[in-house]
Amino acid sequence: MFTRRNMLVCAAVSALLMTAPALAEDLSSLPRVKVDLVAPPFIHAHEQATKAPPSVIQFKMTVEEKELVIDNDGTKIHAMTFNGSVPGPMMVAHQGDYVELTLVNPGTNTLAHNIDFHSSTGALGGGALTLINPGEQVVLRWKATRAGVFVYHCAPGGPMIPWHVVSGMNGAIMVLPRDGLKDDTGKPLRYDTAFYIGEQDFYVPRDEKGKFKTYASAGDSYPDTLEVMRKLIPTHEVFNGRVDALTGKNALQAKVGEKVLIIHSQANRDTRPHLIGGHGDYVWETGKFSNRPEKDLETWFIRGGSAGAAFYTFRQPGIYAYVNHNLIEAVELGATAHFKVDGKWDDDLMKQVQPPSPIKPGDKLGALQGTQGRIQ
Amino acid sequence: MITLLPTKALLKIGLASFLPVAVAGVPLAFHDDGGQPVAAIETVTIAPVEFSYRIAGDFSRDRMPVNAPLVRQQLPVSLVIMKTQVSEAEFGRCVQDGACRSTGQSAPLRSNVPVAGVSWEDAAAYAQWLSGKTGEVWRLPTDEEWVFAAGTRAKDDAIETDTTDFSQRWLAKYEQESARERNGDVTPRAIGSFGTNEHGLLDLAGNVWEWTNTCFIRHNLDSQNRPVGEAATNCGVRVVEGAHRSYVSSFIRDARGGGCSTGTPPDNLGFRLVREDGSWLRRMVTRALRQLKLAV
Repeated sequence: MFTRRNMLVCAAVSALLMTAPALAEDLSSLPRVKVDLVAPPFIHAHEQATKAPPSVIQFKMTVEEKELVIDNDGTKIHAMTFNGSVPGPMMVAHQGDYVELTLVNPGTNTLAHNIDFHSSTGALGGGALTLINPGEQVVLRWKATRAGVFVYHCAPGGPMIPWHVVSGMNGAIMVLPRDGLKDDTGKPLRYDTAFYIGEQDFYVPRDEKGKFKTYASAGDSYPDTLEVMRKLIPTHEVFNGRVDALTGKNALQAKVGEKVLIIHSQANRDTRPHLIGGHGDYVWETGKFSNRPEKDLETWFIRGGSAGAAFYTFRQPGIYAYVNHNLIEAVELGATAHFKVDGKWDDDLMKQVQPPSPIKPGDKLGALQGTQGRIQ
Repeated sequence: MITLLPTKALLKIGLASFLPVAVAGVPLAFHDDGGQPVAAIETVTIAPVEFSYRIAGDFSRDRMPVNAPLVRQQLPVSLVIMKTQVSEAEFGRCVQDGACRSTGQSAPLRSNVPVAGVSWEDAAAYAQWLSGKTGEVWRLPTDEEWVFAAGTRAKDDAIETDTTDFSQRWLAKYEQESARERNGDVTPRAIGSFGTNEHGLLDLAGNVWEWTNTCFIRHNLDSQNRPVGEAATNCGVRVVEGAHRSYVSSFIRDARGGGCSTGTPPDNLGFRLVREDGSWLRRMVTRALRQLKLAV
């Protein structure tokens, strides 16, 4: 049995490791902007390029420990979330801004939590300054010095770190260049819509009959979950916190000609997004916008613990599957989203010249038959 | 009666469907294998009346996918069909006898929950086993029989859309399938949970889809919606019926997953059987007549 007391002790030790940092410079003269976060796959309204001076961008996130159903069989886990969603909401700021986060751990929670921003500098990404027990809140400010998409996640020390991350406690922030995104030649790139897809690996224990187990509390699930985690094979690999979160009625929508930016994060494990039937016109595979984007990619690699961004203009209508192109993970474990794209079909890009029909003997350009098809 | 298939093709299909039944479905030896006798099977008998049937399969005209022809038809004899889907416990007895492959589900098998996670091959094996056990002829229904029995529970999968752009039809089909109510939990529920239809059949179009014996076909239509040439028939893929019609490879036990195939897959795969009544000879004659009648 893993009690709340154990976890609080573990948390307290790591908090003691840090002393108070030196006082930051006076930022009282900077504009302050308060942003309301929205749940993924959507992103709060934001400017792509900005003429505003560097500002203090204020966000607030509440840690919610809650049961979530993660597949169509009704498998439940005790999830740990930033603001109630897996992944946590996408934050957007511009390079040179100060990000000021109020993190709240309500008294109804049972565990200590914190936040490590990969985009911040120092103090374990802020993790050492944000560890809060149930009933506490903390405010952290850090300067967004680097442009790119970056993961944030909970990292409350020791074995709590991977457990909190694979319980859903991760998300991403996008720090845009002040003059916006640029293509490989330095010309401005502007998207019509940005989507945030957070990929999550879950490790749910099974009973002796092979059925997924449920537990009375997060603490009760910990020993068995750790055992599954240590084998490194996830039971679920999903987008947006559950199997089919982004298909069917919840499929992503776009139009032919629409420019979309797809931001993809995985806080723990490597993945390889691929848009079936489309491409990445411009891709920041490592997610950092000071590097030139790569062009015309078929599949891009997202290292575990990072986020990447792909820019694409849809050219054909229809259904697109956006998958982790380890297709076993896409189809069997859940890492599949769908785009519904409206518009007019372009026969020049693709046309079915001959419908499925019986194989014609002697058709030298079509299906090759017997000896006619033998390479000399 | 509209003739959809040329005689030559029908003869082939007719023979193909005739022979396996003659070999597999008919209990050639009524041996007593010493196993437990099967429990009484509740059936519903539905007298033949004319009904509308949207033919199963892929149809196209001028290279564009179109709705399959809608035909009025009537079954040749009364349909005797299981009132409920085959249960876990019933299927378990076939497994116990070594005639069916286990679904991997561990005991206790429930008699009030439909078996799920069975392939067409599993269902066919069960029909053969049950026929041997009872001395009756049990088989999977054809798609027409299922639609007739389902009555108002059967869904017409026609799509109203601009057929000059195939992507519109594709999107409309996606919308149609994803508009279906799903409560997020696809676990099979107790028999009767999805209610009764006008014929007294339980759980049609619930969250367990049902295998039929009908093979997947692809056919081109001319401008008058008449079939052109022979249909391409693939019996490695069978028609599956439920909340929407689906086509599934015969060895698949779980069609979920989605992935590249961007439609909405059936939640679970199960089945119910029909019983062919009358003497062996009469059954065979009926079968032969049915094929001939379609061909004239």
